[in-house]
Parts: sequence; structure tokens; C-alpha cells
Amino acid sequence: MTAMLEIRSLKTEVVTSEGRVTLIDDINLELAAGEVMGLVGESGSGKSVTGLSIMGLIDKPAQVTGGQVLFKGKDLRNLSEREIRSVRGNRIAMIFQDPMSTLNPVLRIDTQMMEVVHAHEKISKQAARERARDALGMVGIPSPEERLSAYPHQFSGGMRQRVAIAIALLMSPDLIIADEPTTALDVTIQAQILSIVQKLARDKGTALIWITHDLSVVAGLAEKVSVMYAGRIAEQGKTADLLRRPMHPYTNGLIASLPAHNQRGSRLKQISGTTPSVANMPKGCAFHPRCASATQLCLSPPQLEPVEGRLLRCFHPVMEGASS
Amino acid sequence: MSNRLEVRSVSKRFSRKCGLVERGAEFMGLKAPNPVVRALDDVSLTVAEGEVVGIVGESGCGKSTLGRVVAGLLQASEGTVLFRDKRLQDLPGEDAEAARLKVQMIFQDPSSSLNPRQRVREIIGAAPLHHGLTTARELDDYVSQQMARAGLDPSMASRFPHQFSGGQRQRIGIARALAVQPDMLICDESVAALDVSIQAQILNLFLDLRKQLDLTYIFISHDLSVVEHISDRVVVMYLGRVVEEATVEELFSHPNHPYTRALLQERPSLDPVQRSFSAIEGEIPSPLSPPSGCHFHPRCPLAMDRCRIERPELRTVGSRHKSACHLND
Repeated sequence: MTAMLEIRSLKTEVVTSEGRVTLIDDINLELAAGEVMGLVGESGSGKSVTGLSIMGLIDKPAQVTGGQVLFKGKDLRNLSEREIRSVRGNRIAMIFQDPMSTLNPVLRIDTQMMEVVHAHEKISKQAARERARDALGMVGIPSPEERLSAYPHQFSGGMRQRVAIAIALLMSPDLIIADEPTTALDVTIQAQILSIVQKLARDKGTALIWITHDLSVVAGLAEKVSVMYAGRIAEQGKTADLLRRPMHPYTNGLIASLPAHNQRGSRLKQISGTTPSVANMPKGCAFHPRCASATQLCLSPPQLEPVEGRLLRCFHPVMEGASS
Repeated sequence: MSNRLEVRSVSKRFSRKCGLVERGAEFMGLKAPNPVVRALDDVSLTVAEGEVVGIVGESGCGKSTLGRVVAGLLQASEGTVLFRDKRLQDLPGEDAEAARLKVQMIFQDPSSSLNPRQRVREIIGAAPLHHGLTTARELDDYVSQQMARAGLDPSMASRFPHQFSGGQRQRIGIARALAVQPDMLICDESVAALDVSIQAQILNLFLDLRKQLDLTYIFISHDLSVVEHISDRVVVMYLGRVVEEATVEELFSHPNHPYTRALLQERPSLDPVQRSFSAIEGEIPSPLSPPSGCHFHPRCPLAMDRCRIERPELRTVGSRHKSACHLND
């Protein structure tokens, strides 16, 4: 199977007159059609920047300064702004955490949805409206015909997120990048959204990058997962394998600290310290100040290397220690 | 064991106040009365001395309103709140104030609950100074103690909140609450905004403080695994009503109410098995116009005719286990 999306050593930096600050570096991903990849990390780990870098949505002073984003074999970074606009929203769509940042509060849903269709395809108003209605139906919005003429504020939070997903689906994209789309939603509503997305990826062969801080969301949804820490991929592999036997001390610590993995009422196993800020990265492995197995070796940067069927960036992988 | 706190049939209604003209129009039948949100609808709850009670539910279930009523930030529309079997209204002024002071609240978002223009020393020190728990001369030492207890470096007392990370800011909120020497804390989504690794640190702090200071907690959260970890007893709320309450072991092993069961089922788990997400149908109804009878019936797979008409009572279904569902009859 050829990869639909292949990212090679992607690097994004903030470039100012005072110097450069690296936001993400050495990001490598591969995604086939219909495949779901989870991109997991805590705040400041660079997971959203990765999503935006793929979409070419990075704004100054930040810029993508290295690597390739191969979408169906073509490097998106070499495209002109005009060319990338015909891809963005059409072949690659994005869903954001807050649907109100996608939706215009003063326009009706149908206006906004038809605008997307007309930006990429010359079809009649009627056909565009029908497509919008079908997309709303697909994400489980009841009576889509009537809801088309509603305004965003007339929807609940979960429904708004469905509308945002429906907009992403309008052009039947090959790839959807979803940035924390269920984080602000309630548990039961989150489950509804996850079930829609899961069905879509399966039925339509849409590839999906699901950015989240929540490992448990990824567990049931994604086949592959990349764990990010401080702007780099710490560990990448098959979800089932990686969650059952995390090898990077960070992933291991993260899983061990979940309340579900600890005895009720006992102290949780915690990772000490806090995530470093991008302006003040530790030397070598960015995790070493918080890592229990750090040695002198960790002061030089580890590379992302294949270890037992996964990619790992660590000199001292957790070998037998299962987290649970 | 005595009750630290008892909430007796408390209801809380919110509505917009009418102006004179509107009231006149309403009186003459020209205008419908303003809609009323029943945030709490006949809620009863007891918390024993030293107990940790978790309150779970989705948005709009009234869990935060309940916390605020207990903390005295909101007045109940009906019903009473008893502290150690005494109503605050019955206590003389000073005692009532002292009783209030013993219950403190910790909020979800540390950046909006800390004054950005005050230094940490003022944030933590203002209340104990006002209430005479320390003197101006000993204030610095007192604040240092409070900071150290919450896991903050006392040398940072003259910094502003924005100079701290999210986890540290939450520690400031905890230090501020503990500075007035409460014996009960109400934590309203206190770890929801934090990263997983930081969340574990703060939960550990809560557990340690409970042991050190014999604290009683009401722990409000939408996150079942957090509540399961920290609580002795769990109360499940839906649209302003308590639908189930039980000890933590009982609730998580034998959930009774269909809503609780659905919540538990849909809890994302780390079990790395590809699974199909099957959702409970429907939206959470608006508390402005809750469904009749049992509030959960439009989404309940087991709903009967009776559920549409009659409100189920909270009834004992096992040892220290209550549930409000007609299926138990």
C-alpha cells in the first residue's frame, strides 16, 4: 500500500531577529488511505503545530523550515499558495477543537457550507445545498433540511462540532486532520462523535490524524499512535502494542499516572517536574530532567530509531516494565 | 459517624429578574413569564466527617451549582444546608462566619480565579489576615508555610500568577483555600484543565492533604476515572437531580441507573482494543425545559410509559446504594 501522506523530517521554527526557536523538529509520519493515526501529547508538545504545518497554515513569525509533506507523492511545501488552496478544504480538511472558530456566527449554516463547495467545484446552488444536507445527515443531525437554515448559535456544543465535521466532509477529502475535536464535549457526546468518525474512516477510506491529549480516546480509535514530547516524536507504533508495552519512559510514565492504572485511593505514580518551554529546552533528550533512568548519555540528543517494530527516541527504553 | 454536611431537599432556580413594565405585562397576560432554569431540583446529600464524596455528571447537571450552594456562594431557593447538624441561619453571626470559613472552594480554571494583578503573597495572605488567623508581622512566614504545604517554592511569593505554569497556579489556588484552615474542601473540576502528568501530581497533593489535615472533600468532576480514584462515595447527577448514589466500589461494580451504566460504558478506556463506539442517543436536554417524568427517559433505552409521566424517587436498592429509576420497582 502506498502512503497517502508521508511526512519526512518536518521542522517548524519561530524565526525572529533575535534568533530561532524550534517548535517541532524531525517529525516523521506515514498514513495510508483509511488509516487512523493518533497524535498524542500534552500542552506545548507541538501536536497542534504539527497539524497546522501539514495544512500549510503556519503564520509568521513561525514558519516551516525543513522537511517534506508528501501528499499522494506530491510535496505540499513546493506548491504555490493558489495550488495549496485547491488542496486545503478539498482533499485535506481540518476540524478544530472549538467549532465556533470554524463557523461564522452571523451566517446561516447553508451559506457557510455552500461557500465551501463553490470554492472548489462549479455546481449549481441546488446541488451544493443538497450536498450540504447530505453531509449534515451523515454526521447524525436530525432533520438536516430544516437545520440548514439555522445559525450556529442555535446548535448545542455537540451539534456544532457535528456541523464542523460535516463541513470537513463536504468535498469527501482523502485526509482529515482533527485537532482535539472532542475535548470540550461531554462523555456521552464524545462517544457519539467518535462513533461517527470511526464509521466514516472505515466506509469511505478517509485517512485521519486525530490530535489529542487523551490516550484513552486514541486507544479505541486509532491503529497507529505517535506520542509527542517537546516538539519531537518520542515514540511511534501500533496503538495496541504501544499502549500495552510503552517503551519510552515518558509514555510509560504517562500511562502509569492515569487513575485507572492505579489502585483506588492510593497515591498516583507521577512524573515529576513540568514540560519544558520551547524557549528553554533542556540539552540532549528533552525529557531527561524528568526521567528516572537518565544518564550522562542523555545529554546528547537521541535519534528516532526502529526498535521492535516501532520507532523510539530513547537511549534507555523501558524493556520489561509493563505499566499496569 | 456524624455528618459534616447535610443538604436537605435543596432546589436552586435561576431566572432573569423582570422590570416593572415587564411585570405589569406579565400580570395582564401580555407576556409569558421569564423562563426558569431549575439547576437543582430537590437534591439531598450527606457528607460524613472525613469522607470524600465525588459528584459526577455532564454539563448542565447542576454539579457546580450544588458545590456553590454548599460553599455559600449561592443561596438555595428552597431547602437547607446543615453544617455539623446546624443551620447557618440559626447560628449567631460570628459562629456562622466561622462555619463558612471552614468550607473552602477550589475552582477549575486557576487563571480566572486568581487576581492577575496581585502577587502570590497577597492572594494567599489576604484572607487569613482579614480573619485574624495571622498578624501582619507574621504574614510572610505564614504564607511561606502555606506555599510549602501546597508544593510551591516559598521564595516565589512575590511573583504574579502569570509567572507560574498551570499546575503551579492550581497549587496557588489550593494554598489560598487552605490558608484559612478549612476542614472541608469543595473541588470543582479542579484537575480538568491540567495535563495528565500534572493532573496526577495535583491528585496526589489532594490525597496527601487529606491525610495530613483530616480534610473532608466534595469532589466535583465529569471525569469518572478521577472520581473513582479519589472518592469514598459517588453521587451521579443528571439535569439537576441525583439519579444514583453509592459507595465507589458498589457504583463501579454494580451501577443501577441506566444513565450511570451508559456513562460507565462510554468511558474511554486505555484497553488497547479496537472497539466500536456505540453512543447513547440524543442530546443532553436543556435545563430550561427538562423532559417530564424521569429526565433521562428520552435517551433511555429501557424507558417505559411510566417514565414519561412520573418522577422516580431516589430509593435504596442495596446497602448504602440509592437509585432513582422505575425499573427497580
